[in-house]
Amino acid sequence: MPADIVPTQPAPADRSGGVIHDIGYQRYSGSRLGRGYASRALYVHSLRTAFGLGRSAKAKIFPWLVVGLVFVVAMVAVAVRAESNQVVLSYLQFTDTIGLPLLLFLAVVAPELVSRDLRSRVLPLYFSRPLRRDDYALAKLAAMTSAFWLLLAAPQLLMLIGGVFSRKDGFGGAMDEVMDFLGGIGYAAIVAIVFSSLGILLASLSGRRAVSAAVVAAVYLVTTPVAAVLQTLGGTVGKIAPVINPIDLVEGLEAWLYHRSTGIDIGNHGYLYLIVAVVLVAVYVTLLLVRYRKVAA
Amino acid sequence: MRPYSRGVALIETRSLTKRYPRVTALDAFTVDIEPGIIGLVGANGAGKSTLIKTLLGLSAPTSGSIRVLGLDPARDAEAIRARVGYMPEHDCLPPDMVAAEFVTHMARMSGLPRTAARERASEALRHVGLYEERYRQIGGYSTGMKQRVKLAQALVHDPDLLLLDEPTNGLDPAGRDAMLGLIHRIGSQFGISVMVCSHLLGEVERICDSLVAIDGGKLLRADRMSAMTVQRDVLAIEVDEGTEQLAEGLAAAGLGVSRDGRLLLVPLESDQTYDVIIGTVASLDLPLHRLEQRRHRVSELFSARPDPQEVETRAS
Repeated sequence: MPADIVPTQPAPADRSGGVIHDIGYQRYSGSRLGRGYASRALYVHSLRTAFGLGRSAKAKIFPWLVVGLVFVVAMVAVAVRAESNQVVLSYLQFTDTIGLPLLLFLAVVAPELVSRDLRSRVLPLYFSRPLRRDDYALAKLAAMTSAFWLLLAAPQLLMLIGGVFSRKDGFGGAMDEVMDFLGGIGYAAIVAIVFSSLGILLASLSGRRAVSAAVVAAVYLVTTPVAAVLQTLGGTVGKIAPVINPIDLVEGLEAWLYHRSTGIDIGNHGYLYLIVAVVLVAVYVTLLLVRYRKVAA
Repeated sequence: MRPYSRGVALIETRSLTKRYPRVTALDAFTVDIEPGIIGLVGANGAGKSTLIKTLLGLSAPTSGSIRVLGLDPARDAEAIRARVGYMPEHDCLPPDMVAAEFVTHMARMSGLPRTAARERASEALRHVGLYEERYRQIGGYSTGMKQRVKLAQALVHDPDLLLLDEPTNGLDPAGRDAMLGLIHRIGSQFGISVMVCSHLLGEVERICDSLVAIDGGKLLRADRMSAMTVQRDVLAIEVDEGTEQLAEGLAAAGLGVSRDGRLLLVPLESDQTYDVIIGTVASLDLPLHRLEQRRHRVSELFSARPDPQEVETRAS
């Protein structure tokens, strides 16, 4: 036996009456919390992982680059508004404006959360614990959605603070601002749910992070021109076609829910966008759960 | 209260059968296993991993019943998994995580509160001999250290039963000895029952209290180690000259003698066997060089199909 293994025999009481501290194995008699606790702990752990917290410096670079970028956009919007007294970027517009960095964030972070565990084959260690397969999948999905939402909501909070201070119309104006802000973060939640459910599902298909990232990005980027081409056809097809692209889908939904012109002509098919969005999210989540039922333990 | 301290068997299976579309992995497998260190031996594909999965409630049996720590995996899988530690055969560690953090995380997944999880992770890593290196990234560890981290994560929540799948895989001889020593210590001093799966009978027989041999999903034999070895102990006798003479003399005295090179082997039936041998040697006036008790290796007990010795050679 190598010298680094510490002897664990209980130490004998010493003659002076004192007791030598026992460094032997101690059984655990404290509380054992169940599945719910484990799920929450996994959720928090994964949310931290999304931003590279508790991980190497290398893993922090990309998420914080994106965080920096979205805050720069928000700060510029605040500064311009304070100077010119004009709203150049509304809360709703903010989410649509930073679409590309958001997509990259999803393509990098979703594989970070699920592909890495597949790659290192750590799943049997989770599934041999009280946590169930569904719990694991849902905790990961919740973490991705929260990270995505925080990325959208935190800069909007900054915009809210800047907006309230630059308004001159007192309490009523501040309340209007807050309502706009709530609309903005509500829309951010819709985007976060739609994007994350597809992102996590796609990322869970491969253990290779690069492959997963490429698949996630490809699904978004390839459907964009297809939807654009179909839109040029006009008519009913042109008004419904955007649903095939997640970015267009949420913008169409935004146009319907918030009556904002987003460059997507949804005609009077708004309800269809809602149904498609709800059905798609349900399908993505179901497929994700099926995926984790099948994955080898 | 430890579930099995109520006089319940550690593991109990009755006609346990698990069929996959193409293969029957467990075939009417019935066994009662008492607490202690248990060796589960069989060739690759004999059904060891399937048995572990059904014990953990990860795979439902096709038919038959199973009880682990007095609980039924079909109904109480969660309770069982909270009380069992599992160390898989394959690599299962994230290379870019620090060992202490990883083991802490796994402790929380087992339901330990944050502070307790951190303390027990440090303790578990100390017990497996990785205390100094615990703040290093797992990716930089040697194979032996990784095996220890795998053991630590299985041990961290203080389970009542440890399921170790091929724990010495990929280790050099010194690493194997250290790992076996560690497992023996856990099983004998920590009060935790350990089931060690291995295709290397020679390894597990050194540390186990009992042995379960499985082949083709069927139980070959399950017994306590003592029952397997004591009754088959033999005495090896070596004399400098007159080996033939002695063999005849011992046979005449009523002992079953067999030759093994320069040695004569005599089954040890009672203490009197010694007296008979000494008496015979003395009466023939032969120079006795050696007289020793030799434990029959358990492997010889499984001379039925498959020959574990052969399994062992093939595997190594």
